[in-house]
Amino acid sequence: MFKSLNFKATLVSVLLLLVLLAAWQLATLPASGGSAGPAVSAEQAEYLKMLGKDPGTAKAGGFPTPLQMGQTAWRHLSDPFYDKGPNDKGIAIQLGFSLARVGLGFLLACVVAIPLGFVIGMSPLLRRALDPFIQVLKPISPLAWMPLALYTIKDSSTSGIFVIFICSVWPMLINTAFGVSAVKREWLNVAKTLEVKPLRKAFLVILPAAAPTILTGMRISMGIAWLVIVAAEMLVGGTGIGYFVWNEWNNLSLTNVIFAIAVIGVMGMLLDLMFAQLQKWVTYAE
Amino acid sequence: MLNEAPVTAAAGRPFLQVEGLAKSYPGTTEPVFDEVNFSIARGEFVCIIGHSGCGKTTILNVLAGLETASAGHVFMDGREVAGPSLERGVVFQGHALMPWLTVRKNIAFAVRSKWPDWDSAEVNEHVQKYVALVGLSGAIDKKPAALSGGMKQRVGIARAFAIEPKMLLLDEPFGALDALTRGTIQDELLGIVRETQQTVFMITHDVDEAVLLADKILLMSNGPQARVAEIVRNTMPRDRQRATVHHDPQYYPLRNHLVDFLVARSKDLSHGKAPAHPPTVEPGRGALADAPATVTLKAVA
Repeated sequence: MFKSLNFKATLVSVLLLLVLLAAWQLATLPASGGSAGPAVSAEQAEYLKMLGKDPGTAKAGGFPTPLQMGQTAWRHLSDPFYDKGPNDKGIAIQLGFSLARVGLGFLLACVVAIPLGFVIGMSPLLRRALDPFIQVLKPISPLAWMPLALYTIKDSSTSGIFVIFICSVWPMLINTAFGVSAVKREWLNVAKTLEVKPLRKAFLVILPAAAPTILTGMRISMGIAWLVIVAAEMLVGGTGIGYFVWNEWNNLSLTNVIFAIAVIGVMGMLLDLMFAQLQKWVTYAE
Repeated sequence: MLNEAPVTAAAGRPFLQVEGLAKSYPGTTEPVFDEVNFSIARGEFVCIIGHSGCGKTTILNVLAGLETASAGHVFMDGREVAGPSLERGVVFQGHALMPWLTVRKNIAFAVRSKWPDWDSAEVNEHVQKYVALVGLSGAIDKKPAALSGGMKQRVGIARAFAIEPKMLLLDEPFGALDALTRGTIQDELLGIVRETQQTVFMITHDVDEAVLLADKILLMSNGPQARVAEIVRNTMPRDRQRATVHHDPQYYPLRNHLVDFLVARSKDLSHGKAPAHPPTVEPGRGALADAPATVTLKAVA
């Protein structure tokens, strides 16, 4: 039953993909000869060429066809690690830069948000005291911090990491605090009657009890971080998949832009799958 | 507390002594209960019965050290109870097992808390002994989610016994179980308690459970201002069995006494109308002597 459902779903997915590709192919077909409108005289053609509008190549260089896309993707994927100067690096290297920034910013956010969330979750006083700050800081677009970060840090790459940090910190902080404060009273009572020391209680009772909620926060954070890194790299430039997109836009290479978009999507999915797996490990059935 | 004087004279005291316990919540005029006085001897099995809202669970939590009373004192073994302690094992109403740990690790957590210096072989041996005691050796490496309600409660009991406490506190441990499972676990509990000479304080709503298990039954009047209105001594032989207990001539007088109290008398004794120092009665004794017992209070018709 499940197997056949899976099979059907895959079949529909593949069909949809084929339909989309076919539509794309149809939409990018070069206009057929007969529909070229009123014929132009030799003088007119000459004039158009002088204006840069060669009537013979009117359709070339427009939106790429699926075939062109395939060729570009193959070219990128067959040599992902080349490095020919600052503006011409392989896709894997650009992706590596982005992943490193996201990883570093995310890790910093974990180091800050999880212990702080623990404390907030345990102390109703701190929870109320810090709530206004969190509520104000949370809705600020991480990119709004960019000028401030650039001014104070004075390094564009570190500023990117800071922006990732600031956008990942909130969901993790809020989820950790919520998870810790929602640990069942009865488990804490068990720990109390067993005279469990505070640190042992934190690691052996509260942490595993709150882990699924904390992991959910981390998963949301990672999703946001991956969204933000592209925009941040477009702003700070230099390296990374976001910069690659912007650079290829300046080169007017739509095939490269589309290829990068696909890479961003696939990478985001892989990151999310990774956290889904982690979540599965720490989730417990009651 | 400043008045430590009575504590020094602990020699003649009962094992557990509850004196003038009261609990009131801010914003209410009447306390939930007050002037709760009773004592438990070492090795005694005591049940407390009363309607919902009379503060039974609060009393148990005060004994466990999880809650503080508004007034009064609890002394155990000559020392005042001031907080949670490994000397008192608690079996919670909703088993309170940690769902991310297996049965073995749940109990090992408790064992390690009591004996932090033990190595893992010692811990494991101890855990296996107590899991076997409740007949769950086959399920020792399962997580609680894979166990039935009765098995979970057995693990809860094993965990409480495994720390070898001086006293066991059970908060309506069988409330959520079906009648058949409840009967089986009652028998098991009775067996273990007799074997280990454990002192037990247990909350129950079930009159038959109290008659089977308890040596002494505390009857609580209704709240607000509930009190322990009467102490009923179970005079049936201690080796009573669930299968045969209802044939004992004392069974029905005793049971009827409890039911009469809960149905008719407990509500008239709320608002502090119950005596602060409850009388002890032995309603079963009359059936033995084949004559009305002098100590038995007549139920209010």
